[in-house]
Amino acid sequence: MPFSSLSEIQSRLSSGETTAVEVAKLYLDRIASYNDELNAFVHIDPTHVLAQAEASDKYRSEHDARPLEGLPIAVKDIFCTQDGPTQCCSNILKDFHAPYDAEVITKLKEAGAVLVGKTNMDEFAMGSSTETSAFGVCRNPWDTERIPGGSSGGSAAAVAAALTPAALGTDTGGSIRQPASLTGITGLKPTYGRVSRRGIIAFASSLDQAGPMTRTVKDCAMITAAISGHDPRDATSVSDAPVIDWLSACESRDMKGLKIGKPKEYFVDGMDAEVRASVEAALKKCEELGAEIIDISLPNTEYAIAAYYVIAPSEASANLSRYDGVRFGHRCEDPEDLLDMYTRSRDEGFGSEVKRRILTGAFALSSGYYDAYYLKAQQVRTLIQQDFTAAFEQVDVIATPTSPITAFKLGEKTDDPLTMYLSDIFTIAVNLAGLPGLSQPCGFAQNLPVGLQWIGPAWREDTVLSAASAYEAATEWSRRSPAAFGGES
Amino acid sequence: MSWEIVIGLEVHCQLNTDTKAFCGCSTQFGAEPNTQTCPVCLGMPGQLPVLNTVAVDKTILTGLAINAHINLESKFDRKNYFYPDLPKGYQISQFAVPIVEGGYIDIPTKDGGEKRLGVTRIHMEEDAGKSMHEGLDAVSHIDLNRSGVPLMEIVSEPDMRSADEAIAYLKQLHQLIRFLGVSGADMEKGQFRCDANVSVRRPGEPFGTRTEMKNMNSFRFIKQAIEFEVLRQIEIIEDGGEVVQESRLWDSVKCESRSMRSKEEAHDYRYFPEPDLPPLRVSQQEVDAIKAGMPELPGQLRKRFETEFGLSSYDADVLTQTLESAAWYESLVAAHPADPKRCANWMANELLGRLNDAGKELSESPVSAARLAELLNRIGDNTISGKAAKDVFDAMMESADSVDAIIEAKGLKQVSDSGAIDTIILEVMAANPAQVEGYRGGKDKLLGFFVGQVMKASRGKANPGMVNQRLLELLKG
Repeated sequence: MPFSSLSEIQSRLSSGETTAVEVAKLYLDRIASYNDELNAFVHIDPTHVLAQAEASDKYRSEHDARPLEGLPIAVKDIFCTQDGPTQCCSNILKDFHAPYDAEVITKLKEAGAVLVGKTNMDEFAMGSSTETSAFGVCRNPWDTERIPGGSSGGSAAAVAAALTPAALGTDTGGSIRQPASLTGITGLKPTYGRVSRRGIIAFASSLDQAGPMTRTVKDCAMITAAISGHDPRDATSVSDAPVIDWLSACESRDMKGLKIGKPKEYFVDGMDAEVRASVEAALKKCEELGAEIIDISLPNTEYAIAAYYVIAPSEASANLSRYDGVRFGHRCEDPEDLLDMYTRSRDEGFGSEVKRRILTGAFALSSGYYDAYYLKAQQVRTLIQQDFTAAFEQVDVIATPTSPITAFKLGEKTDDPLTMYLSDIFTIAVNLAGLPGLSQPCGFAQNLPVGLQWIGPAWREDTVLSAASAYEAATEWSRRSPAAFGGES
Repeated sequence: MSWEIVIGLEVHCQLNTDTKAFCGCSTQFGAEPNTQTCPVCLGMPGQLPVLNTVAVDKTILTGLAINAHINLESKFDRKNYFYPDLPKGYQISQFAVPIVEGGYIDIPTKDGGEKRLGVTRIHMEEDAGKSMHEGLDAVSHIDLNRSGVPLMEIVSEPDMRSADEAIAYLKQLHQLIRFLGVSGADMEKGQFRCDANVSVRRPGEPFGTRTEMKNMNSFRFIKQAIEFEVLRQIEIIEDGGEVVQESRLWDSVKCESRSMRSKEEAHDYRYFPEPDLPPLRVSQQEVDAIKAGMPELPGQLRKRFETEFGLSSYDADVLTQTLESAAWYESLVAAHPADPKRCANWMANELLGRLNDAGKELSESPVSAARLAELLNRIGDNTISGKAAKDVFDAMMESADSVDAIIEAKGLKQVSDSGAIDTIILEVMAANPAQVEGYRGGKDKLLGFFVGQVMKASRGKANPGMVNQRLLELLKG
């Protein structure tokens, strides 16, 4: 592996051992060597990457380095960028070029980052395997016959195989944490409202949140520090959110006295026994480090999936109405009339998972069904939020498996959407409650990575980061990387 | 057996904010198509709405002016439907919890009383764009300049029982909105548009099936459309048929309505809370501050003008049509406090009449209130007659010369010298001996003849009061 972390690159850049251009070339070479096999990137422009790296080296020679100076970061194809296409891995946005940068992209640029390219994803972030991408499936570097998780599977695979040291993903129901878990990397979904959603193509507005996918906890903190903050042009971005000293949170690696909640609903029959064993072992480790493990209950967890698969598709059905062939994106050939233009453009442009969710959402919102589905789901959401509020009166942080299973085989679940939806079973409640959640590697099952999920109270990313840092420092899991891609697992 | 008409109205009123409801684009009317748009109002991927708080304040002000309840927490919803001029595929509106609920508007009745008409709610929403189909050879063009312009939708209770009541309600509302300064309410520019829900029933029976006449922007057309629709529905029922619930369009050229879409084809708008906007919260202090800044409303002003200045209700109504005209009148009275009625007559009949003929607004008047007051002072001190004053006023509308200079130049100064008046009277008597004889013989009505002759002889300059007085004495003989 070229570098162990963003922090390592940062220190070598500041000591003058290497340059941003050298770092960029190194990763571009790896992308050239391995991307065909993984399909982690769907757009890459080496010339533009090198130009940014050169500019960063020049900046460093004239000024004090910015927080992410010269650090390569890839972004999911869901982030609008003025440079290159933004297609959300959908045919309906094929060749769409956004005339603006997402707020987080602007912030990355201002922090001096070098944007590497666009990573593969499930179409419109709808999926848990990156198999619904219109640009082909993405593969897991630990076993290329398996999925990398989703929907930020491209970002996860790219970081796991060290095609980039870090990437941005988005998380609506676990789309950062689940692929991080399945590819053995670290991913953080910040508190809803912490990071601006402006310029991120909306899937489910009340759930979507952008966050980093990296090799270490500290790297997550570095990127989150750069992208978070109030955006006056996003009304859901919170203006009075408590500010965190992200890096200091990672320094305090002491678990003594930390009360960790272990919810019984997240350790259930039917989950992979080895996954369970890995997570139990991780908790034991935390106990050795001085933490207190407290059995808790989040009684409404069993309704989270059902509520999510009503709320998210409902919002998506409206968010995706704008892809109608009128102003941008795909338009069918020679429409007969307006209705024909709408129906054929959308039929041709959207894949089947997206269509399934639009239909589900439209149905849940339709008159006569609204109360039974949408309204009921919102009531469940409130109960789930209350579960967490009650739990955090007892404990500082909650630890669970990120996913009940390890990476499954390509095609294994594509014909069974309901089973596929269950892969998000441990991540979804966190989105419904708007809380921060982090996944980090905590072992292997059948030679595939297993993820440990930390859930914190709203705005307490510091608790999550500090617990995860302590665990990371005491174990080796985050230093493993897939042998087939130059690692020494 | 008679029929009772039931009418409810929905008014869409464009708020006169500088920028759109959810982005910073200009709302200026008449710009080149698609020049006042940005990624937000074009519905581009990833773009988010941010609420214009000026629009909120104006809606609250309107709610307070109709004595409504202001919801300190209200919500925005998405109204979903596909149309080419609706860029996001949904319109941001308020469905479940509007910002304003439960007010009323009083309209004058024929017997001089008032009727109270309920306003169910006022909610905020964004306008859609405009589709242009004409003259484009089977191609439609879209102008999204209007997309995202803030609107108030003002929904009445079904309290109106005739087209006249509906129009009275609309006129009151229109005037109120202009008074509050929340909208230009220019109907030709579509800033004040109305949907009318109309049904008929036998008195005492439950509501009949209603139809909705969409998107009308002239009081005359609205009245015609309602009257046409009432007759159409009565005819259907009397012929044994049933009224179909549907939306209808008024064709102002053919003077008839036609079906737009029936209930069967009606949209299911799939309303749900707008996740991109948090609930709209306003504090009672903010509401109180808006209330404290509320101007005097037309009804209050009208009543004050009647009591304070002794005006007829007609004059008071004319002078309080706009806030500006009321203010103009008040400054006129301040400069000519001796006779508020004379002020009212001159402003209502002479000034507004002339401006109207010239197609001008009060703000464009070449005569200021102070200058008109000077003229009225010259009538008051008998320098000129009321009749001559009208000639002076005509000149004032054309030139900036002082009132006295115009009177001088036109030689209109009133003759109040009794010697000079006597001379004229004697000349007139000498020239009309038969009439003098007649008057002295008891034909009192001939006095008017002599007044006319004397005024004519003096070319209107003689002081009419003195002429009268001296004539009575000299004619006695």
